[in-house]
Formats: sequence, C-alpha cells, structure tokens
Amino acid sequence: MATVAANSATVAHAEEHDHHEPQSFWRTYIFSEDHKTIAKQYLISGIFWSIIGISLSVMFRLQLGFPAMKLDFLRPILGNWINETGKLDPDFYLALVTMHGTIMVFFVLTAGLSGTFSNFLIPLQVGARDMASGFLNMLSYWFFFLASVIMLGSLFIETGPAAGGWVIYPPLSALPQAHKGSELGMTLWLISMALFIVSQLLGGINYITTVINLRTRGMSFSKLPLTIWAFFLTAVLGLISFPVLLSAALLLIFDRSFGTSFYLSEIYIKGEALPNVGGSPILFQHLFWFLGHPEVYIVLLPALGMTSEIIATNSRKPIFGYRAMIASMMGIAFLAFIVWAHHMFVTGMNPFLGSIFMFLTLIIAVPSAVKAFNYITTLWRGNIRFTPAMLFSIGLVSFFISGGLTGIILGNSALDIQLHDTYFVVAHFHLVMGAASAFGLLAGVYHWFPKMFGRMLNEKLGYVHFWLTFIGIYLVFFPMHYIGISGFPRRYYAFTSYDFTKNIFADMNSFISLAAIFTFTAQWIFIWNFVYSMFKGRKAPQNPWKSNTLEWTAPINPGHGNWPGEIPAVYRWAYDYSKPGAKDDFIPQNVPYSQTPESNLPHENELIGLEKEIEAQNLNDQFKQPH
Amino acid sequence: MSELVNNITLVEEPEETLSMNPRKFILWLFIVSIIMLFAAMTSAYLVRRAEGNWLEYAIPSIFYYSSVVLVLSSLTMHWAYLSAKKDNFGNLKIAITITFVLGAIFLYMQFLGWVDLVNENVFFVGNPAGSFMYIFTGLHGFHLISGIIVLVFALVAAFRLRIHAKSLNQIEIAATYWHFLDILWLYLFFFLVYFH
Ligand code: HEM
Ligand SMILES: [Cu+2]
Repeated sequence: MATVAANSATVAHAEEHDHHEPQSFWRTYIFSEDHKTIAKQYLISGIFWSIIGISLSVMFRLQLGFPAMKLDFLRPILGNWINETGKLDPDFYLALVTMHGTIMVFFVLTAGLSGTFSNFLIPLQVGARDMASGFLNMLSYWFFFLASVIMLGSLFIETGPAAGGWVIYPPLSALPQAHKGSELGMTLWLISMALFIVSQLLGGINYITTVINLRTRGMSFSKLPLTIWAFFLTAVLGLISFPVLLSAALLLIFDRSFGTSFYLSEIYIKGEALPNVGGSPILFQHLFWFLGHPEVYIVLLPALGMTSEIIATNSRKPIFGYRAMIASMMGIAFLAFIVWAHHMFVTGMNPFLGSIFMFLTLIIAVPSAVKAFNYITTLWRGNIRFTPAMLFSIGLVSFFISGGLTGIILGNSALDIQLHDTYFVVAHFHLVMGAASAFGLLAGVYHWFPKMFGRMLNEKLGYVHFWLTFIGIYLVFFPMHYIGISGFPRRYYAFTSYDFTKNIFADMNSFISLAAIFTFTAQWIFIWNFVYSMFKGRKAPQNPWKSNTLEWTAPINPGHGNWPGEIPAVYRWAYDYSKPGAKDDFIPQNVPYSQTPESNLPHENELIGLEKEIEAQNLNDQFKQPH
Repeated sequence: MSELVNNITLVEEPEETLSMNPRKFILWLFIVSIIMLFAAMTSAYLVRRAEGNWLEYAIPSIFYYSSVVLVLSSLTMHWAYLSAKKDNFGNLKIAITITFVLGAIFLYMQFLGWVDLVNENVFFVGNPAGSFMYIFTGLHGFHLISGIIVLVFALVAAFRLRIHAKSLNQIEIAATYWHFLDILWLYLFFFLVYFH
C-alpha cells in the first residue's frame, strides 16, 4: 500500500481522483466510470436484449404451436426468412433457437443480471466509493457493448446468424459448408463471445477486488450481506470458467478459419473427404461444459443472493442460517466445476465415468435443498410484507424447487438416456435457470429501483405483472414435461412428419405457444412501469423497505463517491430484523451496539468495547488514498 | 437460547479490511484467468493425445535456448526491482532495458522455432500434435507481448523518475507479471517435452 507524501506519482493520482466538478455529458452518462451509471447501462442493455431474445422465442413458438399457420405478417421483420408459401425457413428456425439461447443466457441473465447488480450493489453494500478500478469497469461495459453490436449485427446478415445451438457443438459449427448458420454468422458469434468473455473477466476481476479490498471499517466477511457473498462467488466462478470457454472458442476459430483439426476428423461432405484428421469433437464438449455448467450457476447465484436479502427484509426476520447459506453457496460453486459431464451422458462416455458424474451431480441436490429450506424457514411465521419484490422472490423459490426436482431426475444417467435432448430438459432448465433467474432480476429491479432512480415503481402494476408472469411461466413450461417424457425432441422445426408425434400433443403445443405470447405481452406492463416511474414515479423515501444494508444510508440519489462525508462504519450483520427489545423492527448495519442496549444479546454487549477499535481502523477510502 | 449463542459465537476481533493494493490484486486475478486459459489448453492436449493418432516429431532445440534467455530476463527484471528499491536510477533503467531486449530476443527465437518446425514438416494445419505446439508458443508469445508493453510503461515511468523506493507499485506489478510469464513458459515447455 502506498501511503506516501507528495511525490510526482501521488500528485498525478490525486488529479485523477479529483473529479468532483461537473463533468461533460459524455463522461457522465456515456463513458462513465461511476459504478451506478455503469450498472444502469447494463440494466438498460439487458432489458433491450431480453425484449429481442423473448421476441425470437415467440417467433419459433408460433412455428411449433401452429405449424400450418401463414406467417406472412412477419415478413416486414424477417424478410426472406419467410418463404413464398408463408412458412418460416427451417434453417432460420435453428438460428432463432440459437440466438434465443445465446442472448438469454449470456446477454440477459449474465451481463444484464450480474452486470447490473454486482456493479450497483457491491460498492454500496460493502461501503466503498466505487469499484476498485473504474476504468476497467467502464472497459468491461464497452467490451460488452461491442459484443452486443456484433451479435445484433449477425441477425441481419444474408446467411443468417449462428444456428448450431447456444452450445455450438462442432463439427456442425466448425464447417462453414455444413449449414448456412455455420458461415459468417458463426464467425460473428465467436468474435462476439470472445469480446463478451473479456468483458466478463474485466467485470469479475473488479468485483472480487472490490469485495476483498474495499470493504468499509468493520465490514468483515461474516457481516457481508448475502447479496455480496453471491456476487463474489459468481465472479469467482466466472473468473475460473470463462477462460476455458475462451480456449474452446479459440481452437474452434482456428479450425474454422485456418484449417486446423482440433475438433474435426474424417468427415465426408457430399461424398468428398475433408482433409482434417485426428480431431475430437468430444473434446469441445468437455471444454464447453466446463464453462457451461458453472455458467448456469453464474446466472442463478446472483438471483439467489438478492432474493435472500429481499426475503429477509420483507419477512422482517433474520435470515435463517446465514452461515449455512454461505456454506451452501460455496458448496454449489465448488461442485459446479466437477459435474459438467452430466450434459454428456449420451455423447459416448465410459459408463463408469458416467456413474461418477451422476454421483457428483446428485450431491448438488444437498446444498440446493439447504438453500430452499432456509428460504422457507425464513418466511415461516414472518411478518411478511408482500411487496412486488417479495412476490418475485417467493416466485423464484417456487421455480427453484420445481425446476430443481427435475434436475435430480435428469442427473440419473439411466433416466437421462431417455430424456436427453427432449422438452423435458427444456422444461427443467427454463424453470430452474431461466424463470428463477429472471425472477431474481425482476425482484432486484423492484427492490432497488428507488436507490437507482430515486423514485418508486408503481406497486399495483407490479402485482399485476407478477401474477400474470408467474402463472404464465408455469403454463408455458409445465406442459413441456409431458411433451418431453413422451419423446418430443428439442430443436426440431416441426413434429408433423413423425408417426408418433402426428396426432398427440398438437393441442398442447398450441397451448404452450399461446401461453408464451400471453406471458410476453404481460412484460410490457413492466416496461411501461419502468420507463414511466423513472421520470414520473413517486419520489422515494430514504429507506423505503426499512432495510438494514448500507446502501440505504447513502443519499437518495447518491452522487459520485456514494456518501457525502465519511463512509459509515459497520458494527453488526445485515439481518437484525424484529430483534426482541428493539425500538424498531430493524437495526441498520451502521448502528453500533452501544446505541441499542435494550436489544443486545450478552455477547453483543461485549462487542461494544471493540467499537472504538473499529472506528479507529484505517478507512479504505479511495478518495483519501493515493494508490 | 441466548446462552447457547453466547457459547458458540466467538467474539471476533475487528480486522483491518484492506489487505493489498487493489491494482496488485487485480493483477493476481488476471493471472488466475491466464492460468485457467492455459490449464484448459493443456488438458485439451492431454485428452486429445490419449486418443492416439498422434504425430511424433522433435522439439526444435532453439526452444531450450530461448527458455534460458527468458530465465535470464527474469533475473534482470529482479535486478531492476532491487535497483528501484535502492533508488539506484541508473541501474534501474539499464536493467529494464536489458529485460526488454531479452524479451524481444526471446520472441524472435520463438519465431525461429516455428521456422524449424516448418522445416521439419510440422505445420499449424495438420495433426493436432503440431497445431498444439503452435498454439502454446503462439498464445504465450501473445501474452509476452502484453508483458513487454507493461515493461515499456515501466521504462517510461523510470525515465520520468516515477519509480523509486517509495513508489514501487508499478515496478512490482511489471515484475510480477514478467516472472509469471517466465514461469508459464517453463511450465508449457516442460509440459511439451514431457508429454511428447
Ligand atoms: C439439483 C440440481 C440440478 C441437477 C441435478 C441438474 C441436472 C441436470 C442434468 C443432468 C442436465 C442434462 C440434461 C440433458 O441434457 O439431458 C441438466 C441440464 C441443464 N440444467 Fe440442470 N440440474 C440442476 C440444477 C440446475 C440449475 C440450478 C440450473 C441453472 C441455474 C440448471 C441449468 C441447466 C441447463 C441450462 C441445462 C441444459 C443445457 C442445455 O442442454 O442446453 N440446472 N441439468
Ligand atoms: Cu449442468
């Protein structure tokens, strides 16, 4: 740590940090280094991407639910992808599925979720002026932006976007001549994802550094809110797994563009042998799923963290099993790295290896169940306040359980042979990952909107939005279990030409499509609420949810540096709700025990002696430090 | 109940939260991500090699010499750090410059290694055994270039007298990264020799 008197270096840094005077429009809103602005940029980008991503899914749902329907009215958007007979082009169907998956998993639920809330909440909840490196943080957003532009651009090229599924398995994705979607679209997909990975690494490195190094006085790891724990572990997962995806993508790029044979071997196309020998497509699957499985937790953990916080706040009860929650998140994060092959039970694996991966996979059910129980026991006999954020959090718990249960079924390799690549899998991961994380995201927006924009979202609209979405999602995904069990494969353009699919479940497929359209339509309520409240919403009070965490001690519209004076010190954990004897039903983290003699437990009275020590600690204030 | 809590909860000593300079910490995390990148590559190599159909060829001997050069550059880098610590600006500039030159020589030797490979009829395109050789050396070279850029910044800072005993962060960061790249290469090289 450099704590030195004036020398040239520190002077230079002091200048760098001295931006309290108003800045230009560009530096304030566009190339901003302020974590709150970057968070909002991520949020708006995420919302934009989710509209696109969900629209794509509605298009292919039309095809699946109503195979005979004329889709001419989509021609203004899709152009020649609707052919002369008014049908969706089968190649483009695959592209739609691929882009839907990529966009939702990476651009909405990774960047839009972690990017928004890790950026927004980490400095505010650990008590820091900003991220460790504002510059890298800004860079992270703009790498993401560039990745977005390229991915979006790939939707509009003549051969169409990538079409190999979001998992882009070679050889299909490695051979441009294999499929339209493996031509330029695939190249753009790879470039975009490489930039995206760089963006995630820059972001994640910043999150970890901030949590470890920039906590305020007294904010020990055992006093961190669960949100921060979740963001922290998410960033660690990303740091370890995204480079592996980068490796996989690099080798694929070389195979595609330079003719190497990492993933290709002995392939005939139109009767002609390709020169590639000696590659292994399974190698790609191993590398991909080494990221792919942690990725599903990168998507879910932030949602779990935020909803823990929201549920404790709105149950007016301490979180049940704070340490167990942390331990189970760590357990999940650790196990996430050693179960990847459960996605490959059917790709040809040594059956013994399969049993090992099955065993490891099923162990995940233990920490997952701990989390589910802790949620329920926190709610149990709580003084529940049903805010929209709370409803969405409870919705998450519901999806997490109903989707997690099917995970246990799929984790059995013998059952998975039947169910792999059917709609059963689609139902599983949409509930446990898609819906649960989306609900975490929405809960987060409803809960922290007042802190972000200084205004409240409309509650009535929030309730309507919740119920329509909650019911809609179950209507969409629950029937998919049946379709999956009966054998309908995923990623198929139409089912009409198979004997076994001809006369069954056609009505159910139509029903799912209608439910999807219904659920999508309901989201516009939220969009409208969001945009309207941003400008016209009711002004937010200082602490609208009577919550304990530090962000509510900052001004309603926090400026640069978050707190005008000193950063508050922290004396207690974040979950002192309804403490027996206390005046209010909540005691914020920055209230010392010496001020609450009426509610202190005996061991807490002993902590009063340490308060002086905490206050005297070196304050990690970025404004006061040359570094 | 409260008694129970009392018994099991240890009274925690308040600890200082700041442990390390954030920039150095960022560097270490960056290094972790590079390690994962190469861990993936080397595991891919092992998985692929286990499947057979593996081209055998001699590793160009120039890679042995280039390894020596890189180790030497690490030593001069350390010399630069020690000089900065002693405020010996003359030596600091010389040491960074030598490190820079050795780094450039290393890169050139790696390139010559590729020429040797081509003369041996081992091409980038062909059996993955050869392709992996190019990938490892190439990716490492790419990272080394980034290390050289960090060095150039340190050199400029040294000339502007921004590096001295009381302001060591920059040289420490440059040195840590450089040593890491050195160790990374030694790992890759031993790996390639051992699993040939
Ligand atoms: C009890 C815990 C869980 C178990 C045992 C489990 C097990 C499985 C298994 C075995 C598969 C492979 C199915 C197949 O392709 O045949 C699978 C797919 C999937 N799971 Fe889970 N899962 C669990 C929880 C989760 C969670 C929490 C998430 C996300 C947050 C998730 C996301 C996914 C996704 C995205 C896929 C499909 C990937 C694809 O093929 O496109 N799962 N799960
Ligand atoms: Cu998985």
